[in-house]
Amino acid sequence: MKAYLAILSSRFRILIQYRAAALAGIGTQLFFGVVRMMIFDAFYRSSSALQPMTREQVITYIWLGQAMLLLTMLAADTDVAAMIRTGNVAYEMTRPIDLYSLWFTRALSGRAAPLLMRAIPIFLFAGLFFGLRGPASVAAGVMFVVSLLGGLLLAASMTALLTISLLWTISGEGISRLAPAPIFFFSGIAIPLPLFPGWLQWFIAVLPIRGLIDTPLRIYLDHLAGADAVAALAHQYIWVLVLILAGRAILARGLRNLVVQGG
Amino acid sequence: MVLDSVRLYSRYVGISLRSQMQYRVSFLAQSLGNFIITSLEFLGFVALFQRFGQIQGWTLPQMGLFYGMISVAFAIAEAVPRGFDIFGRLIKAGDFDRILVRPRSAAFQVLAQEFQLMRIGRLTQGLFVLLWSAVRLNLDWTLGHVTLLLCAIGGGACLFSGLFIFQATLCFWTTESIEIVNCTTYGGVEAAQFPLTIYRPWFRAIFTFVIPLATINYFPAQVLLNLDDALGSTRLIQWLSPLAGVLFLWICLRFWNFGVKHYRSTGN
Repeated sequence: MKAYLAILSSRFRILIQYRAAALAGIGTQLFFGVVRMMIFDAFYRSSSALQPMTREQVITYIWLGQAMLLLTMLAADTDVAAMIRTGNVAYEMTRPIDLYSLWFTRALSGRAAPLLMRAIPIFLFAGLFFGLRGPASVAAGVMFVVSLLGGLLLAASMTALLTISLLWTISGEGISRLAPAPIFFFSGIAIPLPLFPGWLQWFIAVLPIRGLIDTPLRIYLDHLAGADAVAALAHQYIWVLVLILAGRAILARGLRNLVVQGG
Repeated sequence: MVLDSVRLYSRYVGISLRSQMQYRVSFLAQSLGNFIITSLEFLGFVALFQRFGQIQGWTLPQMGLFYGMISVAFAIAEAVPRGFDIFGRLIKAGDFDRILVRPRSAAFQVLAQEFQLMRIGRLTQGLFVLLWSAVRLNLDWTLGHVTLLLCAIGGGACLFSGLFIFQATLCFWTTESIEIVNCTTYGGVEAAQFPLTIYRPWFRAIFTFVIPLATINYFPAQVLLNLDDALGSTRLIQWLSPLAGVLFLWICLRFWNFGVKHYRSTGN
């Protein structure tokens, strides 16, 4: 455990050095947030029909979603991808630690560090200028934190799966290239999931993707409260467990058949 | 001289295309991926229109016209001047020096470097939406209107190319590519998919006068839809407005030439 904590903290410290990238990201995300806010605002002003979310809820959803954007833009670990391409992955296997845990820890720090750097400024900025509201209640706030952690673990377990898929495709194409876009779309970042068509809702409800940001956001808004919130948290953490176990099993298989590139 | 450049350019493009075709499966997967992503995005808008009916008086087919025009223009600009998009790498590795010693202009060589064919995914999707809107809106396709549509798309491709060139030029000073400019390219596409009138005045002003996306999309579309512009532009302006995209490209190229003069190699 100590080894993984050390990896986590050292990766974390490396990643928070990328301040210029974070600053540029914050600017870009604020811009996209403003555009989306105006689009949804225009939609809400165009119709008086009752919607699954109020205008105010959608605005907070959009901004908090922008703050948590990095949980929705998943990609395989580029360092590991390079290792697989060059054959250096063989060294990874000689280390006296569990390979899945190593890659998972890398994925976790890879999500957490840039997330933290971008989320806080965007949260404050949107709160001050763009109508982002505070959590609906203290209970909602506490559960939001639990669920944010769940979203982080879920993002890391999905990232680990994408990375593991590289063992089969040396070029880095395939699943690791195609999966991120649908994940992004069904995360709720572009369109809040409750506004998706009714016939799609069961599909969204089953998939793990809603656990990335939609579950935390709706708990924050009290859009999921009481038993619904607990069920959503359970859904999130069960998927984390399932994806971690699946990742371990697939990695074990991949390592059995691994051909090390070398020369 | 011009003919010679055209011949050279087609050779460059030919080589780029052949190298992309070496990875046929990868190319197909990327193009298909590009098509699926953009289609999902549009289906998302369809869902929103079903929920809200319209956006500030605009219907889905009308929005489809704005969406199709900007998507096709952007897809062209992503494919053709791709060399400027990846220009940061060239600067970082010091490879730009080699370009400077060859007997053709730097802009020409960077442009010819790569032609990214996978953008055909977005292009086809944009054309589908455009066609679907045109049929649904029952538009009056006179020769003039078709010409205006093509000019608007061409102007849009020029404008986005200008933005990519602008972004590349900044690399002369910063070495790293500046992500924030993506606000204007990717963010610009996202914003211009919707009619200008839904935005706040300050935002409209940016996209009319600073980065004139409205001139290659919103204003010409008023003619095609045969509407009286709520923002008060005249028909003459609407017909001429795609030229602003060309003007924008010209300004960006001037900036590029200024940047080339101030280039200092990273060495090695």
